[in-house]
Amino acid sequence: MVLTNEIIKEKLNEKFPGVLVEWGEPYGLLTFRAPAELNMKVMQFLYDDETLCFRFLTDLTGVHFPDRKGEELSVVYHLHNLKDNIRLRMKIYVPVERPDVFTATQLFSAANWMERETYDFFGFNFVGHPNLIRILNVDEMDYFPMRKEYPMEDPTRVDKDDEMFGRGGTIV
Amino acid sequence: MDVSEKLIFPGQKHETADGGILITKLDDAINWARANSLWPLVFGTSCCAIEMMSAADAKYDWSRFGFEVARATPRQADLIIVAGTIVMKMAPVLKRLYDQMADPKYVIAMGACTISGGPFFYNTYSVVKGVDHVIPVDVYVPGCPPRPEALLHGMIALQEKIKNEHYFGKKAEKDK
Repeated sequence: MVLTNEIIKEKLNEKFPGVLVEWGEPYGLLTFRAPAELNMKVMQFLYDDETLCFRFLTDLTGVHFPDRKGEELSVVYHLHNLKDNIRLRMKIYVPVERPDVFTATQLFSAANWMERETYDFFGFNFVGHPNLIRILNVDEMDYFPMRKEYPMEDPTRVDKDDEMFGRGGTIV
Repeated sequence: MDVSEKLIFPGQKHETADGGILITKLDDAINWARANSLWPLVFGTSCCAIEMMSAADAKYDWSRFGFEVARATPRQADLIIVAGTIVMKMAPVLKRLYDQMADPKYVIAMGACTISGGPFFYNTYSVVKGVDHVIPVDVYVPGCPPRPEALLHGMIALQEKIKNEHYFGKKAEKDK
C-alpha cells in the first residue's frame, strides 16, 4: 500500500479528532496546524505509527507574524517518511509574550541545533532542551534579529547611500 | 610592469679577479629578503577564498613571486589575506590570529566584503563593515570577487611597499 496524504490525514484525524486544523496541500505537501501544547504528542504518533513512520526531521524553523495577536510566533516542522518517501509540514503558533514550545530533542537528535538556531533568531523557549544557547550569533547579542521589529538593514549606517548602488537614495 | 626586474638584488656589483664585491644598503637587503618571501596565512571565509586558492594553484601560481609557502598557523605567517566576509563573531578570531603573527606582518583586504562589508551585506546586523575596523590593512584589492590577477597585482603592490620601508638612518626616523 502506498502512503498518501489522504491516509495520513485520516489517521491523524482519527487519533486527534478535531484539534488539527488549517489543512492544505500546497505543491502537494500535506500541511496542517496543531495546538502548541500537542506538538510532541502529534510528532510522537507520527513517529511511532507503523504505517505513518515519519522518523526523519528534515527542518525546523520559525516565523514571526507581528500582526497576528496571540499567535505572533510560529514553529514549522518538516517531517519525512523515508520508507514511503513522503513528507509533511506541521505548524504551531505561540504568543510572543510567552513563546514556550516543547522541545523535539527527545525524539529527534537533529532538533538540538535546529532549535538552538530558532531560539537564536526568534527567541522561542524550547522547554526541555538540554542546551538552549545561541548557536550562530555572538553570545553577547541581547535581541532576536529575525523578529520583524528589527529592521532588515542597519539604520545607523550613514557612510553608504543607496544611490551608489543604483536603487534610489538621498543624493539627487 | 617587468617582474624579472624585481628579482635583481638591489645594490652595486664590482667585478674582481676571483668573484666580486656587492655594495648595498642594509635596509634594501632586509626589504629584498622580506618582500620576496612572504608566507601567507591560510585564511578564507567565503567566495574570495576560491579566487585566492586559484591564485595559489598551478594556473596563476603565486609562488612565482615568492608566496609559495602558505601556512596554516599564524605564528609562521608574514601576511594575512582576508578573503571574504568577516562577521561580528569572526572578528575577535581574526584579531587574535593577527596578534599571534610575528612582526613584521602585513594585511591584504581582498574583495568588497573585506573592504566595506560587501555589496550584499553592508547594512546587516551581523557583518563587520570593513576589516580595517579590526586590523590595519596594507593593501586593498577591490572586486567581488577580485580575479586572481587582481590579487597578484595587490600582492606585488605589497612587495613594492615593503621594498620602500626604512629601518635605519634619518628616513626611518621620519617614517616613525
